[in-house]
Amino acid sequence: MSVIPRRRRGVAAVALLAAGLLATTAACGGGSSDRKSDASATGASKGKVTLTFWDWDPNIDKVVAKWNAGHPDIQVKLSNPAGGDQLVAKMITAHEAKNGPDVAKVEYQSLPALVSKGVVADITGYTKDTVTKYDAATLKSTVFQGKVYGVPQDVAPLMLFYRTDLFAKYGLSVPKTWDEFAAEARTVRSKAPASYLTNFDAADPGWFTGLAQQAGANWWSTSGDSWKVDIADAPTKKVAGYWQGLVGDGSIAKNPSFSPQWNKQMNDGTLLSWISGAWAPAQLGGIAPATKGKWAVAPLPAWTAGDPATGIWGGSATTVTTDSEHPAQAAEFASWLNTDDAAVTEQVKQINVYPAATSGRSLPVLQAAPAFFPNQPDFYAEVKKVAPAARSFPMWGPDVTVTFTGYTDGFSKALQSGGSFAGALDSMQSATVADMKKLGFTVG
Amino acid sequence: MARTTTTARRTGGFPYLLVLPAVLLFAAFVVAPGGYALLLSFQRRKVNGGLLGGGTHTVFAGLANYRDVLGDADLWSGVLRMLALGAVTVPATVVFALLFAVLLDLERTRLKRITRLTIFLPYAVPGVIASLMWGFLYLPATSPIGGDRVDFFGQVAVYFSVGNVAVWGAVGFNMIVIYTALRALPAELFESARLDGASEWQIIRRIKVPMVLPAVVMCTLFTVLAALQVFNEPNTLKPLSNAVSSTWVPLMKIYDDAFGNSDIYSAAATSVVLTAAALAVSFVTARLIQSRVQQEAA
Repeated sequence: MSVIPRRRRGVAAVALLAAGLLATTAACGGGSSDRKSDASATGASKGKVTLTFWDWDPNIDKVVAKWNAGHPDIQVKLSNPAGGDQLVAKMITAHEAKNGPDVAKVEYQSLPALVSKGVVADITGYTKDTVTKYDAATLKSTVFQGKVYGVPQDVAPLMLFYRTDLFAKYGLSVPKTWDEFAAEARTVRSKAPASYLTNFDAADPGWFTGLAQQAGANWWSTSGDSWKVDIADAPTKKVAGYWQGLVGDGSIAKNPSFSPQWNKQMNDGTLLSWISGAWAPAQLGGIAPATKGKWAVAPLPAWTAGDPATGIWGGSATTVTTDSEHPAQAAEFASWLNTDDAAVTEQVKQINVYPAATSGRSLPVLQAAPAFFPNQPDFYAEVKKVAPAARSFPMWGPDVTVTFTGYTDGFSKALQSGGSFAGALDSMQSATVADMKKLGFTVG
Repeated sequence: MARTTTTARRTGGFPYLLVLPAVLLFAAFVVAPGGYALLLSFQRRKVNGGLLGGGTHTVFAGLANYRDVLGDADLWSGVLRMLALGAVTVPATVVFALLFAVLLDLERTRLKRITRLTIFLPYAVPGVIASLMWGFLYLPATSPIGGDRVDFFGQVAVYFSVGNVAVWGAVGFNMIVIYTALRALPAELFESARLDGASEWQIIRRIKVPMVLPAVVMCTLFTVLAALQVFNEPNTLKPLSNAVSSTWVPLMKIYDDAFGNSDIYSAAATSVVLTAAALAVSFVTARLIQSRVQQEAA
């Protein structure tokens, strides 16, 4: 009795395993033949090309649809494998496997690393006209040693987003300087002990980098082929010391941003402000849906009253990869996406970018308020006022991820166990330099 | 006679055929990537020169990656955290699994099926989803279980919080293994024990537990191996709190090296070291089991 079922089970197991094997080989075969047929199709029907495009912006599909409607010969297939740093990791992995996308959205800080790894292509030859549509400051983020590696999409000056209703309720005025900001942080704690003016975010390095840039930090700089790394410089130490003071006496919260906890605090008014990039309105809808119309934007507080300087958080370029078999068409799409008036208008509407192209900044669509800020029709006017004074580092390092991991780990640890922020900066500096030397960069 | 020869001939190649798919899969998905990782661990990426490197090439690095990995304080504190976490998860998983199995096996227990399913269910939930759900339960702003009064991500508490997720994910599976072993015990044993006047507790302590010990030991081995590979739970809880760093446990460090810092070569070296350690642990544990089974037999 018991023999037969056991044997049957064996057969079933073999069948299952065989099916599994077949499925895997079929999957592999499917993948490669897909690429081949793509290539042969493009070769056969002369000029008809399908480009793959990696991008994580919500609603970017609507912008891509516009392109596809107008360009039957160059169709763009959009996919969203991940966002931000994770997309960079995926691009590198895909490049190793020689099956990267044709076009990809890359944040400025990741671009030098991708260039150094040979993932992103030099598109200087295809962008002679495109680059004339940008100012020199914007181009610095995508042009290295005279070669163009991406078409800038947006710039994101760091600004102060605040709750107008709660500021009124607690009698706060919009802080003009960091001293006022600190004083108001303490006022909030005394007037509403359950609330905080803001939180110190150790999880996302982008905003802290922007604050350091505002203060005048130059984490990386170059001369010839040699790098100088100065992450623990005086301006950055000043910024770190300022926030350590606020965290130390409990004036601000210290939980990470973009967590369920933080979303709830943003939504229920526990947090009164958010230091963020100009792209914030597009994100706030998902983070704190109940607060629509209650936010306003103001320039970032200054270190000395009246200084217009600010930093940047994010901002991206559209890049063409070295894996692309159609770099000319890919570059054409990247140029259209970021310089064509209709495309840029659609991007402003759909994803609240502040355009990087000079002409894009005077588009009529910027007269209207973002959907989440119906109370502030002059939103883009405010951004336009600050944008020219937004400073970045002279150059982003070729191993920013190491620096950023160092930030997350170092500052989290300092927040958790009361350690020193300056110490975290020192370990970021040494980890970054050690990694660059290991890779063979010249560090002076 | 003829019968026996046909059976012998028929079984001659058949067992090999049966294991062939498993061997092929093992070779394709374990041996080959393992060999590739070993190869990578002796290499290193170097930039070609110039400011942005001008592309990269790989060089033979000898044992340099291993030297770096073994001298990395981050890895060792990760190992210590992994051990601390294992000290929570391994005993808790095995003890709870045994406890639940024994309770379910009692004559008087009601609602056996539904209880068994309830305890088993967390095993069916993917680790990432479970960690996310526990994350909500731990965070002060969203916690229904007192997160506003207890700091679930405190210096020491974080080990229990992370361990808790892992334990619930593993208890059900181990309970089923032990429970099955319990059900396989002959009923006459308990009957005679009862006739001899043994209490239920005595039956559990003197008969049931000793007799399912091999199953318990096997569960311990599984749990120890799982503890060496802990990744999902802390990695998913990381964005929720400042308490978990990106190199919190060794596998997180490997992941971060490989995909965060795109240093696949260091990651490979660390993986090889960790694999060697895991092999050593399973070897020692397997030997322990063997000697235990031999003792039982004697």
